[in-house]
Amino acid sequence: MDDDLKSTTRRAFLRGSAAAVAGTAAGAAAAGPDPLITELQDWASATGEGVDATPYGLPIEFEGDVIRRNVPWLTADPISSINFTPIHALDGTITPQGCAFERHHSGAIELRKDDYRLMINGLVDTPLVFSYADLERFPRENHVYFCECAANTGMEWAGAQLNGVQFTHGMIHNMEYTGVPLSTLLAEAGLDTAGDLADKWVYVEGADASSNGRSIPMEKALDDCLVAFKANGEALRKEHGYPVRLVVPGWEGNMWVKWMRRIEVMDGPVESREETSKYTDVLENGVARKWTWVMDAKSVITSPSPQSPITHGPGPMIISGLAWSGHGQITRVDVSKDGGMTWETARLGKQGDSKALTRFYLDTEWNGEDMLLQARAMDETGYVQPTKAQLREVRGENSIYHNNCIQTWYVNAQGIAENVEVS
Amino acid sequence: MSKSLNSIFIPALGGVALLLGAAYGLSSRDYGRDQIDMLQDRVAQVEGQAATARSEAEAEAAKSAELAAAGSDLEARVAELEAAVASARSSGGSMTQGAPQPDTKTGLGRTALPEEIAAWDVDVRPGGIGLPEGRGDAYTGEEVFAENCAICHGDFAEGVDNWPVLAGGFDTLADKDPVKTVGSYWPYLSTVWDYVNRSMPFGAAQTLEPDDVYAITAYILYSNDLVDDDFELSHENFAEFEMYNKDGFIVDDRAETEYPIWRTEPCMENCKDSVEITMHASVLDVTPEEEGADQGAAMPEATHDDAAAEPTSEEPAAETAVAALDPELVAKGEKVFKKCSACHQVGDSAKNKTGPALNGIIGQTFGSVDGFKYSKVFRAAAEEGRVWDAAEMAEFLTKPKAYMKGTRMSFAGLKKPADIDAVTAYLQSFGG
Ligand code: HEC
Ligand code: HEC
Repeated sequence: MDDDLKSTTRRAFLRGSAAAVAGTAAGAAAAGPDPLITELQDWASATGEGVDATPYGLPIEFEGDVIRRNVPWLTADPISSINFTPIHALDGTITPQGCAFERHHSGAIELRKDDYRLMINGLVDTPLVFSYADLERFPRENHVYFCECAANTGMEWAGAQLNGVQFTHGMIHNMEYTGVPLSTLLAEAGLDTAGDLADKWVYVEGADASSNGRSIPMEKALDDCLVAFKANGEALRKEHGYPVRLVVPGWEGNMWVKWMRRIEVMDGPVESREETSKYTDVLENGVARKWTWVMDAKSVITSPSPQSPITHGPGPMIISGLAWSGHGQITRVDVSKDGGMTWETARLGKQGDSKALTRFYLDTEWNGEDMLLQARAMDETGYVQPTKAQLREVRGENSIYHNNCIQTWYVNAQGIAENVEVS
Repeated sequence: MSKSLNSIFIPALGGVALLLGAAYGLSSRDYGRDQIDMLQDRVAQVEGQAATARSEAEAEAAKSAELAAAGSDLEARVAELEAAVASARSSGGSMTQGAPQPDTKTGLGRTALPEEIAAWDVDVRPGGIGLPEGRGDAYTGEEVFAENCAICHGDFAEGVDNWPVLAGGFDTLADKDPVKTVGSYWPYLSTVWDYVNRSMPFGAAQTLEPDDVYAITAYILYSNDLVDDDFELSHENFAEFEMYNKDGFIVDDRAETEYPIWRTEPCMENCKDSVEITMHASVLDVTPEEEGADQGAAMPEATHDDAAAEPTSEEPAAETAVAALDPELVAKGEKVFKKCSACHQVGDSAKNKTGPALNGIIGQTFGSVDGFKYSKVFRAAAEEGRVWDAAEMAEFLTKPKAYMKGTRMSFAGLKKPADIDAVTAYLQSFGG
């Protein structure tokens, strides 16, 4: 790709869309008959592709820009790195697996079902090894859950940095998982040996070269963790841990160990690298919080947003976005068009599932003027999503993780949106 | 009407059957046929919706049966039934159940053997729980580190380019940009041993011997000025060692410090007097350009093909070379290249990383990529004017360290000649 081509990117696109806005007066009458209607089009005459042209279908080429993207300067190498879900271009709540963000610590491995083993050991009555086929013989459940990286929005602590909701909020996906409750497998191994479960932990570990491992308190392990092998009805993708990953509802994505190979019952946490060096949150005074597992309530407007500008003139418009909480259901989302001076309550697309994405809409009119768009989520515990200033007051600016602040998009009269911070 | 009733009177649907039983009771008293039919339809609907809400239906139907027995008036009974049906329908989710916990063991899986547990259960915890026996000193560790780790983490664990820094940064945690290293931040020594043992070196994890891991751990402490170079670490003295930042952590306190403040009725109007923009993301301009955007057909995979199809015009020879490449071999080479991509990039936006960018490498002078700091042996080869061809590449990639003695490329080599041919073809597809 040469430089000329490269510059036909978002910026050029934004210029283009600005022109489009200028040219579209709301409700304008057609200048003349539309050739798309009056002339015979190829597709209305010649035939299209037969069945089986694509045995496993991909999105049509016109949707070629709805893809995961990465921010190269964030990490040394794409093998231990992260990319972002194109949430600006999606609607509803379910994230298609093919564009759901990836985070690897040593690359995405290819592990056959036949080569898969899951070991349970430690303080159990009988240490066990399961094959993939064994897992499919336990009673299983279906649940929709969001998976959010604790670092989502982490680049925004010190100020507005990345100009796109994909980059500021795209370390999240939401899928329907099929799997066996972790509690079922633990019961199969037997927990009598463990004695009092109140102070016990399970340590879960992946089969890849990073050997990513996290300690989970027994209470959570027995509550709603799922040993999942399907997502959105089909096998997990390799980048999401095929053939088996752990689902830890409402808790940070790093704990959702992919390619999970081992579960150890323990009398204390391992204090692994991912729960000491990483995924701990430094406060203003240099002391760090650890074990900050749950993802607090958060929301963001996905459209309009920098990658999804308004391309029509004044008149009817939909403000849409996503809300979620690791504490349970989203009960309400408010939207502000003036940077938080006044708020209107948005409509929830449907009653949100617990610990899953909820879609919200504000069906409104755009008067063609500037807006400072914000969304604010509330969850079933009464928690109200804080502003960045509120978060900074408690935590300072160095936490990296768990930034669930209210996001502001500045939308100008041309409909172009930009990531900004407001007073 | 009894036909459709019979078809629903199946024992598995006890609750619905009961409900119907009540309806049947009503019909036999010659209650309005329409109403019965309607009820029947509704009951069938309830059943149709995956036999939902069995228990509600059961309870409600039992109640109306009671009512019927008490001889209260038919209208009331129908109302009762209707309410039951409505509630059964509206709570359609109530048949959803968690997967049953088997109350006896299923017997699935098999007992894990001690050797298997020993192979996988290698985590090491605070206090050194789980450590194998062994020892190593910082002095030895320096060599092992130089050999296996320095290429990314630097000779003094200071971190090369964007790779993690492992040393220094003391007392910066409250600064604007804290430097979090093993020395300045990590609370437990066990985490160092455990992580190096299981996850490093990047690209060849789980290949170090215990003594090497002790030595490297001792060296990382030394590079942090926490011990002297004759310090020896072993399973015996491990538990005694206390890290600099061991008291630097508190357990999640959001439930005390945040939730009470933010669980309030939110403001809806006149929430502030004015609003000003205090910062624009576009000022920083660190947002990546969007490849794939607006080119309609340009899916991400397309980029490699583009590169192959448009060789740089100054090198007309490249065109023929590219044209002659076997696409299958190139595709195979792309897979092999994954082994190299921790350190090397190719393609349009390839940059020097741990290793030099490899565009156009075949036909190019050794050690001549702009802006890359080569080792002595590569600088010497560049002066001699040695040029990469397929044969040189094959020898180099078989055993990099033997072929270029003293090279900084810490890569063991490719064992299979077929892999070497493939990766060479892949490299050629990027010019050269
Ligand atoms: C090819 C480059 C490379 C080599 C060689 C390498 N590492 Fe690493 N190292 C990395 C990367 C990348 C990470 C971060 C991985 C991640 O994000 O999970 C890392 C992380 C680490 C960390 C954790 C840093 C932190 O702050 O959390 C330690 C400790 C470490 N390496 C030690 C070693 C040791 C010891 C060796 C040699 C035995 C080694 N590394 C060899 C690339 C390398
Ligand atoms: C751990 C990092 C690492 C890995 C993995 C690695 N290389 Fe390298 N490579 C380097 C470094 C560093 C150099 C520079 C060598 C020097 O200066 O001694 C280099 C040099 C080279 C050169 C010579 C470049 C020149 O300008 O003369 C070639 C060719 C090369 N590598 C190919 C490969 C291939 C092919 C693979 C995979 C099969 C690979 N490397 C894997 C780090 C790596």
